[in-house]
Amino acid sequence: MANERLQYLDPSGRARSGLPDLKPERLRELFIHMLRVRCVERRMLDLQRAGRIGFVGTAKGLEAAIIGSAAALDKNDWLWSGLREGGAALMRGLPLSEYLAQMYGNGNDTAKGRQMSNHFQHAPSHYPSWSSVIGTQIPNAVGAAYAAKLRGSTEVHAVYFGDGASSSNGFHSGLNMAGTWQVPVVFVLVDNGWAISLSSRDQTAAESYGDKGAAYGIPAQEVDGNDVVACHVAMGEALERARSGSGPSLLVLSTYRVSGHSSSDDPARYRDPAEVAAWERRDPLERMERYLLGAGLLQEGDAATLEQGLLDEIDSAIHEQEAAAPVRLKTLVEDVYSEVPRHLREQYNRFLEVAQRHGKAQPGDGAFPL
Amino acid sequence: MTTRTLIQAVNDGLRSAMRADDSVLVFGEDVGPKGGVFLATEGLTEEFGEQRCFDTPLSEDGIIGTAVGMAMNGLRPVAEIQFQDFIFPAFDQIVSEAAKLRYRSGGQYSAPMVIRTPYGGGIRGGLYHSQSGEAYFCHTPGLKVVIPSTPADAKGLLLAAIADPDPVLFLEPKALYRTVKGDVPDDDQPVSLSSLRVVRQGSDVTVFCYGAMVPVASGAAEAAAEKGISVNVIDLRTLLPLDEEGVLAEARKTGRVVTVHEAPRFCGYGAEISALIAENAIEYMEAPVRRVAGFDTPFPNTLEHHYIPDQRRVLDAIEEVYNF
Repeated sequence: MANERLQYLDPSGRARSGLPDLKPERLRELFIHMLRVRCVERRMLDLQRAGRIGFVGTAKGLEAAIIGSAAALDKNDWLWSGLREGGAALMRGLPLSEYLAQMYGNGNDTAKGRQMSNHFQHAPSHYPSWSSVIGTQIPNAVGAAYAAKLRGSTEVHAVYFGDGASSSNGFHSGLNMAGTWQVPVVFVLVDNGWAISLSSRDQTAAESYGDKGAAYGIPAQEVDGNDVVACHVAMGEALERARSGSGPSLLVLSTYRVSGHSSSDDPARYRDPAEVAAWERRDPLERMERYLLGAGLLQEGDAATLEQGLLDEIDSAIHEQEAAAPVRLKTLVEDVYSEVPRHLREQYNRFLEVAQRHGKAQPGDGAFPL
Repeated sequence: MTTRTLIQAVNDGLRSAMRADDSVLVFGEDVGPKGGVFLATEGLTEEFGEQRCFDTPLSEDGIIGTAVGMAMNGLRPVAEIQFQDFIFPAFDQIVSEAAKLRYRSGGQYSAPMVIRTPYGGGIRGGLYHSQSGEAYFCHTPGLKVVIPSTPADAKGLLLAAIADPDPVLFLEPKALYRTVKGDVPDDDQPVSLSSLRVVRQGSDVTVFCYGAMVPVASGAAEAAAEKGISVNVIDLRTLLPLDEEGVLAEARKTGRVVTVHEAPRFCGYGAEISALIAENAIEYMEAPVRRVAGFDTPFPNTLEHHYIPDQRRVLDAIEEVYNF
């Protein structure tokens, strides 16, 4: 049986006994990062509804789980993401301009417009993009952690996934390998209540997701995923355990996906609005704001001012990306291999002839030498 | 030069690569102290330690999934899948992750790794120790697919595959592991990927083949020569990316083409060769391309020697296109 669910701030924002001694500035930062995620995603939904971008999967309701845990990572640690960790990438160094360029799939996108939107990456801060296939990143992270261990590096690999992914092949093979190899990895299971339309209660007959760790010899910690402080502290302990060579652990951050699975989903078709309303009352941002107000670390009105500042910054970044150059046509065949092989050069050149004939090519789309 | 069997040459290649580069490591089911079910990895744990050559839990998805992560984080993993028939749990990791990583990340990440696996029939292994699944993988941009047929190529192509910046599926014809012997250069010279090998020069008919079908096609060519037909035998060696120019040049040379593989015919590799020629060299062709292949059925056990193309069936196809 998994241990008791860790919680430091109750839903009303009151600190429970044993609250760890975090610096006031750190606590404020956690709140601001959460607020930033919510602001960015609100604008992404606006853009999606306006037809400017294609697909948005928000972290609304999950901000404490994602930000609280990811904020505990060191600079050299890796964050292996799923759909909803883009806000953590922003916090760890992904420039807002690159985040937006990915959503637009424009010429500034480091992935060259190849992935559907909401698939972020940032190699400088060790944040590979996920593929969309559920759970495949789990063994990938374990392999990368093996490499870290072999090199004697102190980096830890944190891999994020949802309750749905706990049923995937990758979850089983990844946790099994990690337990066997004792590599520095932290499995972060964000139980957000729903895998599209399947309730997390129907995803498994296990009594708790934490119980799953036992089968692999991996200790688990269940955490109130709407308590940013608890998520932060639990992650810090799991990272420390991995870094000191004591092996992998499983964190289960229990929270609730307040929005639909994505901008293409209508959650009213499969879940009770009363359930959503109940979770909206447990909003992680409001909880942290109430705590900060009570502790005198935030004044009435501060949150609104911060929010306006963030939205202004986001809006100006959006204007820049609206004006970005389109993706070059040559990217159709680049990066399949380290060098563009002859058959792809030929395919592209033939395509380009047709595109040019119809005035669809841009300067810089020139043919490859054969 | 040293005379080696194909399996010994694989072992030599692995050993050389591991000696030359500390980041190369070998893992899979039973590859450690046992040395693999075919002994391809014999002695590697002893020489390089259990951190660089080790047994994994029985999990193909885990083997390839972790190999991808190792490759992304600076290692050069050489993962073994015990039989190609068992690779399918890892198909997702190969197709969705390893093969697409460079492309989907715009070149920010890549997965330089090798997957070695024995394929093909001839050992009385039945449906699940005999298959030739190359076509599934050749339909996967981003992957390289390599099949040696001689000990020298087994070592040289393996060295090139391990050094390659992209993921390589290295299919080893298990029927040839101990049945072919040949001279292997003592130095560690890689054999370039995407290059054909002319096994035998000929002017009347070109046979395209690879892996365990190379000796079969060579035998058929020998028999054809006795009937006055000069056969050009080409070992493709790398199926993806294919040396298309080389294939077309060899097809144009004779204007008559036979393809040979063990895998089923429908959507098999021979279809691609045939289509390539039809699109680009039809004006040189004196006869339709004839495909010799396994049946479009699962792989049998007792009758496997009838399923696998033999010299007689290849010779029949050679004569048919020659007399067309």
